[in-house]
Amino acid sequence: MRLNDEERAMLAGEFGAPRRWALCHQIAVGEFFDAADFVRASQAHIMADTESLGEAGVRLLEGLAASPEAERRVRVPTITDPRGLDFAVYRRLGQSEWMAALEQRAIDALRAFGVLMTDTCINYQTVIAPIRGDHVAYGDTGVAIYANSVLGARSNFEGGPSALAAALTGRTPRYGYHLDQNRRGTRRFQLLAAPGDFAEWGAVGGIVGEACGSYWQVPVVEGIEDIPSSDALKHFGTALASFGSVPLFHMPGITAEDTGFVGPPPEAIAIGRAEIDAFLARYAAAGDRLDVVVFGAPQLSLFEIATVADAVDGRRVHPDTTLLVTTSPENKHAADRMGLTRRIETAGGIVAQGICFYQSYAREMAEANHWTRLMTNSAKLVNIVGGYGYRPTLGSLERCIASAIAGRVL
Amino acid sequence: MSIVLRCHNGIGPPVVGTALVASDNFSARYDLDRINGIFSRPTHKLAGQSYVDRILVLNDAKGGVATAWMLHEMMARLIAPRGLIFNRVNPILAQGAALAGMALVDRFEGDVTRLFRTGDELRLDPAAGIVEILNRDA
Repeated sequence: MRLNDEERAMLAGEFGAPRRWALCHQIAVGEFFDAADFVRASQAHIMADTESLGEAGVRLLEGLAASPEAERRVRVPTITDPRGLDFAVYRRLGQSEWMAALEQRAIDALRAFGVLMTDTCINYQTVIAPIRGDHVAYGDTGVAIYANSVLGARSNFEGGPSALAAALTGRTPRYGYHLDQNRRGTRRFQLLAAPGDFAEWGAVGGIVGEACGSYWQVPVVEGIEDIPSSDALKHFGTALASFGSVPLFHMPGITAEDTGFVGPPPEAIAIGRAEIDAFLARYAAAGDRLDVVVFGAPQLSLFEIATVADAVDGRRVHPDTTLLVTTSPENKHAADRMGLTRRIETAGGIVAQGICFYQSYAREMAEANHWTRLMTNSAKLVNIVGGYGYRPTLGSLERCIASAIAGRVL
Repeated sequence: MSIVLRCHNGIGPPVVGTALVASDNFSARYDLDRINGIFSRPTHKLAGQSYVDRILVLNDAKGGVATAWMLHEMMARLIAPRGLIFNRVNPILAQGAALAGMALVDRFEGDVTRLFRTGDELRLDPAAGIVEILNRDA
């Protein structure tokens, strides 16, 4: 990679050990992807839940954070993805004291870098959104795909180490979706049926993602007649990124860029009612006893929390079923202030902040609570939790609530 | 005699190990029981098999960013794959391999899930972009 004077000095250790570590990591990744040089990043978003970090990752953070302040402070505004637990509710979810202790160590280390602990995967809805053309280093697939597609910002998937490296150096290797030539469409889809709810938007994202199946494919989705909401595209994008590892999509006339295709437009793959229903049917489990209903992955917007509150008013969650809502700390505070948390908890639900369920020791929670059957309106979540031993069902928010009340999958 | 295959220059140190091959994709979070060192996702083609000390040969990376930390975490507990061979990876696998110091290569001529077989004894040289099959002739 071509380095400027400042980067060569960083590599030589003139700005301290953390920035040297960061630039070495970025060069290894950049050269792997044939990056010619670096591009300045305006902000970074770090995924650093302790289930992923483990003891080794926390020690790594602590080691870097022990450097002098001038050497360890992040160079650009840096925020965090959801954490491993919410200190206010972790005991109710069967999480352990050692998890809380490890989490606190990670938080202390991240704060020492000057990281802003936003603990959210919906920063574009709750913190600050990047603008079109803005080069950023985002460390959550749902965050990256929304920023790239809906907002026209530019980010690769920057896992925790790379996002931290970008925060410390203020730059990121220029490859992948920082380059114009990689942002043009490669696959084409025609939507023939309007998704009826967020679960169905997620299903469409899952269908497109499975068809693409690669980080390097850029789907163009046509046929959308009504402008989708931010939450609809949030569910679509997170599912697309989860099922396909895809970081960018285009919806002509809706999303930020109209890039056309690489070469002539490919033949469109049709997605109609039959395909959406078939996707949902993969997760059907009507009649099964229901252990836990999760609204999260992505964290809920304020509008979604209000919808949950409206749906549970005057009802009571079944005593054998846990109903969990996850959202950002900012939205939780708003929900508290507006009485939404009280309404959900009066019905027997739990509203947690700063977590997103699957990043929260999902396997250990399942074992501690004897959970197997999980229901959610998040297509992303059903894709992930199978590996953690859950049997997931995907359904609309209303069906999830009705099932939580009944204690079985309706 | 051995078979020598070339690929894009990779990440990590040279390693020797036994291949575990499947025409499937990979995420440490989605697919692994990292406590017991096995593939745990029921629908994965390697479900129930141990990945520890194997050179995994798979198609592509799945969604999710956790692998960027998890490879490092697994290496620290000595319950990690020895190396990774993919058709093409996403940045997360490359970032994870870079952090963990784990051998990773991709971008071969041909489909790696067909070029390699489970049980092949492999020598990976990521810096040179070379993988050698030690127990098969051309």
